[in-house]
Amino acid sequence: MTFLLGSGAGFSGDRTDAAIPVVAELVRRGQPAALLFETLGERTLAAAHRARHDDAGGGFEPLLDELLEPVLVDCLDNGITILGNFGAANPAGACERVRVLGERAGRAELRIGHVQGDDIRSRLSGIDLQNWETESGEMPDEAALISANVYLGAEPLVEALSLGAEVVVTGRVADPSLFLAPLIHHFGWQWDDWDRLAAGTMAGHLGECGAQVSGGYFADPGLKDVPGLATVGYPIIEVEKDGSLVVTKPPGTGGCVTERTVKEQLLYEVHDPGSYLTPDVIVDISDVRVVQVGPDRVAVSGIRGRPAPERLKTTVCYAGGWQGEAEISYAGPNALGRARLAAEVLRERLSFRVPPELHSRLDIIGHASVFDSDAGDLQRLAAGAENGDYRLRLAAGHPERRWVERATQELLALYCAGPAGGGGVRRQFQRRVCTASYLVKRSDVDAFATLYGAARNDTRLHNAIPHNEGSHDHGAQ
Amino acid sequence: MIMVHSEDEITVSLHRLAHARAGDKGERLNLALFAYDPCHFEVLMAQVTEERVRALFAHRGVSRVRRYPLPGLAGMNLVLDDVLQGGVNGALNLDGHGKTLSFLLLGMEIALPVTAKV
Repeated sequence: MTFLLGSGAGFSGDRTDAAIPVVAELVRRGQPAALLFETLGERTLAAAHRARHDDAGGGFEPLLDELLEPVLVDCLDNGITILGNFGAANPAGACERVRVLGERAGRAELRIGHVQGDDIRSRLSGIDLQNWETESGEMPDEAALISANVYLGAEPLVEALSLGAEVVVTGRVADPSLFLAPLIHHFGWQWDDWDRLAAGTMAGHLGECGAQVSGGYFADPGLKDVPGLATVGYPIIEVEKDGSLVVTKPPGTGGCVTERTVKEQLLYEVHDPGSYLTPDVIVDISDVRVVQVGPDRVAVSGIRGRPAPERLKTTVCYAGGWQGEAEISYAGPNALGRARLAAEVLRERLSFRVPPELHSRLDIIGHASVFDSDAGDLQRLAAGAENGDYRLRLAAGHPERRWVERATQELLALYCAGPAGGGGVRRQFQRRVCTASYLVKRSDVDAFATLYGAARNDTRLHNAIPHNEGSHDHGAQ
Repeated sequence: MIMVHSEDEITVSLHRLAHARAGDKGERLNLALFAYDPCHFEVLMAQVTEERVRALFAHRGVSRVRRYPLPGLAGMNLVLDDVLQGGVNGALNLDGHGKTLSFLLLGMEIALPVTAKV
């Protein structure tokens, strides 16, 4: 029987009403289903650790209430399991919040799976770390260290489902593993059934970024038109026991699922298509076939798997000083000339007002910015319209906040001391978080799940809950 | 825009022939590129080479470009190392992810025979 994977969010900050039509369609179909929230990017987790540092009860997805409340009861009433990495830096805190949301909705008995073991910060000094690919990866000072989290695979999530969890809360897991876990639990796929694990992983890969497979991050008017982006439907992936899969979306929503949208997402953040590494399986998509089988229905086949990598990826976040930005606008006649003069004046001021190690960059937005290098090669070389609407932007980085503030203050001072007609200055500062990735031994990672409120391996609770179709015990890898 | 390049060739922007998506991991960017019409796959293979992509991103400090052909999808995956100047967490660039860079690639010029279907 088909299992349905519905995407509720593709990143932290995604549309919080996206899950509503997805859940409505899952309910209408009445087939076994799960709803997945992927809200944890590389940057998001570092920010979450900061938030937890400032408030011990925080550090989980700040939009958790907005994401879950509209769909929680419908999911619980219809047997739709919810899995999310919205635990971020504080899965226990998120579990508690989910418990409160359940209680508020009259579901005080809600079973919440709590996945643990991704946070290895406290044990970092005692374990064997290999550098990830090309990164030089000198371990930062203990004082600068913010977080160290392993990308867990599907195993502890399957464990949580086997315990009867209706909502599974995780911190860092590989994004596709969120989608793979309910498939393994439902179909009883074996942990060495590599082609099946690979197919489930790619179902997750296609769904994990929400609308990116169904018309988001895609439209290019005149060439790639997408209807109804304001109400784009988030994906539903139909998966069969043999691993065949179809990408679709709820009827009546905007967006589109076409061979083109699916092909773009299939390769998103993939490097070697013959060797896409995840904690659960190495996936080979070099011979994949992508075929439109109906309106907003695309089948993906030919996905192959190989044994999972020996080691797990770990991302370490550490404090990287401060970063600041400031901008000022010039518009109308000779605007480009005035913006260029402002940049020249600012460069000269910075040469004697801030220390030489301050790392800075100047863009003229509207002329050359995001394509440019830090050195401003395109800004110097590109021809531009003299009359226009331009915005000079300064970005500066330094270990000490005061020098970043000083640099941006120099842009602010262009109001009175710079070229004519400069206006609309905005400034902002933030702590900079750097990341480095390593590979750790699986034996150094202790990942497991409990039901929130129960102790580890609490067999009383475990046995009290009937197993779903296809659930099975699995050995620790 | 189509420009008559010589008597028997025209130049078109890659944007007319193919669509692309950018993705990032750390300092590494991937650009997945697909021909709108599979009949242009061979043209892409002949002209969107590792060398030309490397030249297009030279000002960003790219250290290596690897190209993985995907004939079954009429496309290719281009993997560019060290092009993000600090990546999502460290870059001073407004677009630390490099999400906009698929369109830097699509600005590449492609030569086609005048008889080609565009």
